Order: sequence, then C-alpha cells, then structure tokens
Amino acid sequence: MFLYKVKRTLKLGIKSLWLHRLRSTLTALGIIFGVASVIAMLAIGEGASRDAQEQIARLGSLNIIVKTVQPPEDQRASGQQQVLQEYGLTYKDAERFRNSIPNVQVIVPIRRVAQQAWYRNRKVPIEVIGTVPWHLETSPIHLVMGRFLTIYDMDYKQDVCIIDEKIVNDLFAFDDPVGQPVKIGRDYYNVVGIVSPQPVASAASPEKQQNSPGKKQSGTNAGNIYLPLTTVKDRFGEMSIQGSSTGRRIEKVELQEIIVKVANADLVLPTRDILQTLLELSHKKADYQITVPLELLQQAKHTQAIFSIVLGSIAAISLLVGGIGIMNIMLATVSERTREIGIRRALGARKKDIIFQFLSETLLLTFAGGILGIILGSTIPFFVTHFGNMPTVITGSSLLLSFGISGAVGVAFGLYPAYRAANMDPIESLRHE
Amino acid sequence: MEQSSDKTLEFTGDGSILVFEKLCKNYQLGAVVLKALREIDLVVKKGDYLAIMGPSGSGKSTLLNIIGCLDRPTDGKYYLGGQDVSQLDDNQLSSIRGRHVGFVFQSFNLIAQLNVLENIEVPMFYQGIPEHQSAAKAKELADLVGLGDRILHRPSELSGGQQQRVAIARALANDPLIVLADEPTGNLDSQSGKDILNILDRLHEQGKTLIIITHDEAIAQHSQREIRLLDGQIQKQWYNR
Repeated sequence: MFLYKVKRTLKLGIKSLWLHRLRSTLTALGIIFGVASVIAMLAIGEGASRDAQEQIARLGSLNIIVKTVQPPEDQRASGQQQVLQEYGLTYKDAERFRNSIPNVQVIVPIRRVAQQAWYRNRKVPIEVIGTVPWHLETSPIHLVMGRFLTIYDMDYKQDVCIIDEKIVNDLFAFDDPVGQPVKIGRDYYNVVGIVSPQPVASAASPEKQQNSPGKKQSGTNAGNIYLPLTTVKDRFGEMSIQGSSTGRRIEKVELQEIIVKVANADLVLPTRDILQTLLELSHKKADYQITVPLELLQQAKHTQAIFSIVLGSIAAISLLVGGIGIMNIMLATVSERTREIGIRRALGARKKDIIFQFLSETLLLTFAGGILGIILGSTIPFFVTHFGNMPTVITGSSLLLSFGISGAVGVAFGLYPAYRAANMDPIESLRHE
Repeated sequence: MEQSSDKTLEFTGDGSILVFEKLCKNYQLGAVVLKALREIDLVVKKGDYLAIMGPSGSGKSTLLNIIGCLDRPTDGKYYLGGQDVSQLDDNQLSSIRGRHVGFVFQSFNLIAQLNVLENIEVPMFYQGIPEHQSAAKAKELADLVGLGDRILHRPSELSGGQQQRVAIARALANDPLIVLADEPTGNLDSQSGKDILNILDRLHEQGKTLIIITHDEAIAQHSQREIRLLDGQIQKQWYNR
C-alpha cells in the first residue's frame, strides 16, 4: 500500500515537473554541474595522484638512490678555461656503504655514459649503463628475452650487453637481436638479453620535485644499453669532455648513481640518515643527492590528500549553490501552488502527504540531476585525458559519493519548502489567489 | 488510512449525522476576542438538505470550516457520524474530512494540472484507494454529473458549470456523510446555476445529506430546511416542505 502511494506520488511529481519543463531543467542544471564537477575533480585529482605515486613506486619504495650532482661552487667556476673537475660518488663510497650499513640488502653502483650504438649501418644515441648483475632487484625494468649480466661478465669484463626494447625497434628492424654484435664507441658487444624500457619520466620526476641542479641525463637518447660495470670502467674511462662556448671542461666522475636497497620499509629512513652521515664525512663538496622514493611517496600522498580536499570543497560549493537554487525554486513553487495545497488538504491530504509530494519533486529533480551529472562528470575526465594529456581515474566511490550527496542535497534543501507547504493553514490557502 | 476502514461509523440512534452541542468559536484579534460562533446547537439527520444563510460576518464561513473539519471549535462538542471530532489532531481531521466530507466550493477549486478524471480521483487517492478502483469510480461519477465524454479535459477547457459539476463529482468520490457546498452557484451564470441546483436536488432525492451555505434566498428555497445565522447565533430556522 505504501509502495503504491509512493508510486503515485512520484507520478504526480513527474507530472508537475513536466508541466514546468524549463524551470525544472534549469533547476536541475545546478545539481548536474555540481555532481559533474565533483566527479570530474575527484577523477582528475585521483588520476594525478595515481600517476605520481606510480612513478615514485617505480623507483622502488625500498630503494635509497644516491646520485652524483655537480657541486654548486664548481658550477660557478666552470666555463672559463680548461678545468678538470673531479667530483661525485666513487667506488669507495659503494664499498663504504656495503661495509658500514647493516641493513643494506643490495647495493647497485651505476655508471652512465652517453654514447652512440651502431648495428650495421644504423645508428642511435643511447646511454650506456654500467651496472652489476643484481641491478634488476632495484629497478622497475624486467627481462624480456635472453639473460641479464652475470658475475662472470663482471669478473672477466665480458663484451656483452643487454639492450632495452626501445632500441630493439630502432636498430634491429628484422633481425633477432640476441647474439648480434652492437658497436658502441670503438668496440663491439654481443647482445645477450633484452629488457623492458626504463620509464623515462620516473627517473626525471623526483629530481624535478627536489629542484636539484642535477646533471642532465642525456635527454635525447633512444634507450639504454646495460654493460658490465667493469667493462664500462675499462672501455670508457671516467673522464668526460664537454665542450662549451668558452672552453672545454673535463669532468672525472666515477659513479653516477648508487642505489641502496634495504629489507623493509621501516629501515628506509634510518638508513637514509646513516648514508647521509657517511657521505658528509667523506665528501667535502655537496656533490651528491639522496632521493628516497618512499619519502616522496608519502609526500605525494599527503599533497594529494590536500589536493583532493581543495578540489572536493570547490565542487561541493557548486553543489551547495545548486542545492540553494533548488530550494529557492521549490519555495517559489510552494507559494505559487498555495491554493492547490489548500485544495488537497481539504480533500483529505495529511501534512505528511503534502511533505511527501513536494519532497518527492525535489528528490526527482536532484536524482535526475544526479544521474545526468554522473553522465556528464564521467565524460569530462575522458576529454581531459584525451585533449589535456592528463591521467584521470573515475572511482566507483566518487560516483556513489556524488550521487549520495545529490540525494542528501535534495532532502536537505527540499525538506524546508515541503515543510512550509504542509504547515500552511488550509483555510488560508484555500482563500489564496 | 487510519480512518478509512471505519466505514460503519455509529449513528446516534435517531439517525443524526451531525450534532453540535454548545459550539463556540473565538478568534483572538490582538487584545480583543471575537466571538464568531456562540453556543450553537444543531442536529443534521441523514438525508437532510440544509441551507445555512446569513449576512457576511454572521459566522457562516466559520461554521463551514468547522463542519468541514478544516477548523476546530474553541468550545463545545461536534459529533460527525457519532464520532467526537471537536478535539482531534490535524492528521485525524485530515482523514475525517477526506473520508466523510465532500466539499463543493464557490470557485470550483479544481487542480489545474489534472484532468477531470484525475481531479475526481484526488480524494480517493488520499484514502489509499487503488488506482483501478478509483479510476472506475471516477468515471462513474463523471457520468453521473453528465461529463462522461470529457473525462480527459483539463479544467481550463471546461465552462464554469462543467467545472462545478466536476467538483460535485469529486465531492461524492468517497461517499461522504455530508456534502458541503459553499455558494455553489456564486460564480455561475443563472442557467449553469440552475443545472447545479438540479444536480444537488437529485442528490438529495438519492438520500445524500447536503449542507449549502449561501446568502441567496432563491437557492435556499431548494433546501428542505433553512437556518439563518446572525452574529454567530442561530437567529431562526424553519422547514420549507
């Protein structure tokens, strides 16, 4: 019986809303845009945060990354004459880390050299990464084909290399790369394995966030080629010469990067502090920089939380404005329909029947607005992703949330006009013209 | 719903439907108390056709509101169908007037956005009568007042007389104890007015209890019994036939 009444009241509500189509549409627009903006804002915020978190997580949340940076005083002196600069992380640092820090699981020293790789008559700019066999433990890349470096490669300075998939496409159009010789610098190296490409953004973004004057990592290289660290040390040396307008600069850097991996997340920050102390003792110049992805991750999450709150509040305000619009219109409707209310009361409508009638109209408006808003709000992130190149994620909870909010807005802003309608004196409202 | 089940309200032994006992209604106007009705005693029996007359300010409207359960008396008792309705709360009064009172207003008071059929259905809706039943009943009533062919018209598409006939049909929807008509011909031309009075006469012949409130002696002539109000009191009453 109750359901039957609900059904008829809703039917009545639809009828009176339909009677004032333009007014109803305009009123619902407030809710539509409110809900759509909640969804869109949350989707954009969520997308941005997932993107940042993914990038940071790719660096490895258990890793501590120590990087060589050009010390600031050298930068000032540079560019005048032919100067030899010697700075950065050394093999000794790596050794010291291994000997003095108990929590360390893996240490990966890395040497990077910008080079060009040849296969037959093709040439691509690449970055040579001199590393150790356990590199994969600290890196997001994974083996696709063949093998990675071995202890044997390290100890006997083998002429082998592992290339990443990006280079495969550039160099080996039709050949199977494994087993083929690739010329890097003056020598040939046999390809023994293929790995997935290093996500470029991941390496760059934490540096940007820290605003470090970090050395540019050969931005235009086509990909990475992994060689045994020992081989790289022998073949490419530690000097690099950079020409500039005023002169040449010679740099001597032993290691570009040392990645330290600890056993669990609780050890990350204490280990970072120990590393910091160790490096301060042995390095006079600030020629290193410590990056902790975990810390970045936490920062990013924190930033994200604030971001979400701000975006959410802005969207909530628009929803609130929509709600006030609805209340305004419903109050106008109630006073316009005073006589109808009087008639209905005379014909046996109880107060709660009247409340129900007007509340159902408001709820119909807000729910219809909510549904349209969800549709609109779900398409906005699509366009943002498509044209604005920003990742967006629509979560089910944001849909539920905004729909719930629009319902709550309907009840909150519909109750008062409905209450006003119900509490009109039937005698007065019958006389109303 | 609470009230709709007790179709068999007890009638007091002599068939009285409406009984007033020393009914008073006061209005507080600032510091002054206006006595709109003063100790009115009245009995209306089933099948009565009563006209309440009186100049403006005599308390007609107040009496109408109380009979129609739109208002409560300040003092005294009002029994409708044997039930004391003088101190019921708003909810109960709403149910009583929906169930037992059929209103016919001077200005028709149809709901503009509903068609004829839906207008007649409104009182049944609030009594919780299922749609298929109420639709059938509404159709029957539309036929009764001669509007069987216009059930899908909106009030704005009907003449005044037709609108008033819809209102009468609506008043009969729940088979009320009394049909309460407030100047039913006041907004009509004389021909339409005559038609309406004929319908009311016919209802009387069918045994309905009618109360008409009017200031027009010619209309009151149709009734069986007349009451003249003056200053909130029954000045005189008499039977026409």
